[in-house]
Amino acid sequence: MSEQPLQAPIRRPATPMLRQIEDRPGLKEMALGVPFGLKVIGAIMGLGALVLMAAVGYLVVDGRLDGQWYDVRDLGHAVAGLRDWLDGEGVDHRLTWLITGALGGLAIMSIVGGWLLIGSWVERRVIAKFQIRMGPNRTGLFGLLQPIADAVKLMTKEIIIPRGADRFLYYIPPVLVFVPAMLGWAPIPWAPNMAYMDINVGVLYVVAISSIGVLAIFLAGWSSNNHYSLLGAMRTVAMMISYEIPISLALLSVVLLTQSMQLSEIVAFQGHYHVWMIAIIPFAAFAFLFASTAEINRSPNDIGEAESEIVAGFYTEYSGMKAGLFMAVELAHAILVGALMATFFLGGYTLFGLEEWVPGYLILAAKIGAVYFLFVWLRGTLPRFRLDQLMGFAWKFLIPLGIIQAFIVAIEASVFVRVDAPAFITLGAFAVVNLASTVVMVRFWADRLGYAPAQHATKPELTNALGGLKAAQRLRS
Amino acid sequence: MDSTGIVIGFWVLSAITVVSSLLVLVARNLMHALAFLVLAFLGMAGLFITLSADFVAVAQVLIYAGSISVLMVFAVMLTPLASRDNGNSLYVLPGVVAGLGIASLVAFVAVDTEWAERTGAALAESDFASTVGEVGRLLLGRYVLAFEVASVLLLIGLLGAIVLVQERRRAATQSPDEAADTGARDGGAL
Repeated sequence: MSEQPLQAPIRRPATPMLRQIEDRPGLKEMALGVPFGLKVIGAIMGLGALVLMAAVGYLVVDGRLDGQWYDVRDLGHAVAGLRDWLDGEGVDHRLTWLITGALGGLAIMSIVGGWLLIGSWVERRVIAKFQIRMGPNRTGLFGLLQPIADAVKLMTKEIIIPRGADRFLYYIPPVLVFVPAMLGWAPIPWAPNMAYMDINVGVLYVVAISSIGVLAIFLAGWSSNNHYSLLGAMRTVAMMISYEIPISLALLSVVLLTQSMQLSEIVAFQGHYHVWMIAIIPFAAFAFLFASTAEINRSPNDIGEAESEIVAGFYTEYSGMKAGLFMAVELAHAILVGALMATFFLGGYTLFGLEEWVPGYLILAAKIGAVYFLFVWLRGTLPRFRLDQLMGFAWKFLIPLGIIQAFIVAIEASVFVRVDAPAFITLGAFAVVNLASTVVMVRFWADRLGYAPAQHATKPELTNALGGLKAAQRLRS
Repeated sequence: MDSTGIVIGFWVLSAITVVSSLLVLVARNLMHALAFLVLAFLGMAGLFITLSADFVAVAQVLIYAGSISVLMVFAVMLTPLASRDNGNSLYVLPGVVAGLGIASLVAFVAVDTEWAERTGAALAESDFASTVGEVGRLLLGRYVLAFEVASVLLLIGLLGAIVLVQERRRAATQSPDEAADTGARDGGAL
């Protein structure tokens, strides 16, 4: 009769990964574990920041900064100051507008370019955190030089043009695909006077510009003379055309409520009433977010270049820096959509009065970062959707509900114009009504559609004609 | 058109539009022709901008360069391989006649109309801030009937497309395995 051990065996997590999760220090341990010298330096820097903030606060309250060219809260003043100075020097005013316009364009290009320098590192590191790996950390400090090393590698690679490719159309898409990623930044307001091109059809402009990208992707897929490329291009184009409609419907709701297509007006509306559009029309915000991930070909909706299905989709045949451009434009698109999302639904450069104290562009950058983080989170978490699921989601779900939502918002907008009640009451009522209607709509429509459309997938006519499914069934049986 | 910038812009954009329109006709490859057509659309959008018709310009990019061209690309893709050649079309003569007719009509209207042309100070005086608001007001006010008719037409087109691609129920003539498919399909039908 052997003696059983009294104490239970020590429970260790089963796998190395779980053990790693277990062993990670909590916030408290991390805070306590900081060396003493760093604590002193941090304290000094914090005190310095406090003094600086007090000085800035004094200047702001005093009103001494308002409208001056050295007002760093709004670089628009600096540009206006430059323009005035050049005019005062007797420079032709067409030339002054040209100079300031070139400066603004340079600023936008350096935002995008600077992001491309660091973006892939950020994305890979963050995804690595989600998946409990290290990510690139060998090239330079913390692996910061990894994007540059990648770019050098891509540029030195041989560019192969497949035989039978359409040479004329093969060269255009890598350049053309960058056009919307750059031009889309133009109407976004970074501060009250800091928009490069504050046109009064801003919303339409954004939608129009994004539709040019479709063409680039299609030309890339077609000119490669490769079936994978063509399949990827067809998928992407079909999806982008489908998802442009939910985006338009979502933006229609925003435009109806703010009564303006000018992006700065939309932001000013949200700043004036101290409310974010996502709180008033949550369904539109969700539709915009999801549809834009499809529109920019980002995971979980990146079926155009689904590696596990069609090699690299529409850019299968591209090599070297041409392929690199297609990969880079994904990063550029991600922050552009982040900026649009922040502008339309998250209050843009305003943050409940904080924009008086902190430069608006920093607030907008923080919001872009937040949305981008959400994108990376989605990419690290969700598996890729299937093509028919995605198309069905757009046509059977987002579009009908988007139309109903737009109807409700239109009624609310006319109420908002006519009723003379305090704004927080009407807007609060709208928020409650919209949230309730969204819940009811989604619930009802999901019941109506059935939760598992995948089990009853209908065959498309083309597949029927080609007999692909039938052949597969015969093989199986 | 007193500003030199506008004049330069006008000539450059006109050159782009006209040359790419000609290349649409000349190009042998149908896809090349489509690419040039998009370029012509974009040039036209630029011309609208020089006329300060911002709404029309953006709508031009959105509808023609963005959507119509993709539609044409799809049409080219779905036609058999032989029709990718732009060379020997049956409709050269009628096309030329119709094109000349439309061109002469547009030229006649352009010459005959008295344009309320305003530039510089007169333009600033007329408080011509935005075309979007005016377009919206006219579409939902004076021309609401035409607007509604157009939207009904689009709706009919949409429904027609759905009806055309809907799979027919071949209940009488289907083979056993097709019957199984149809049964599976019915559960998910909307």
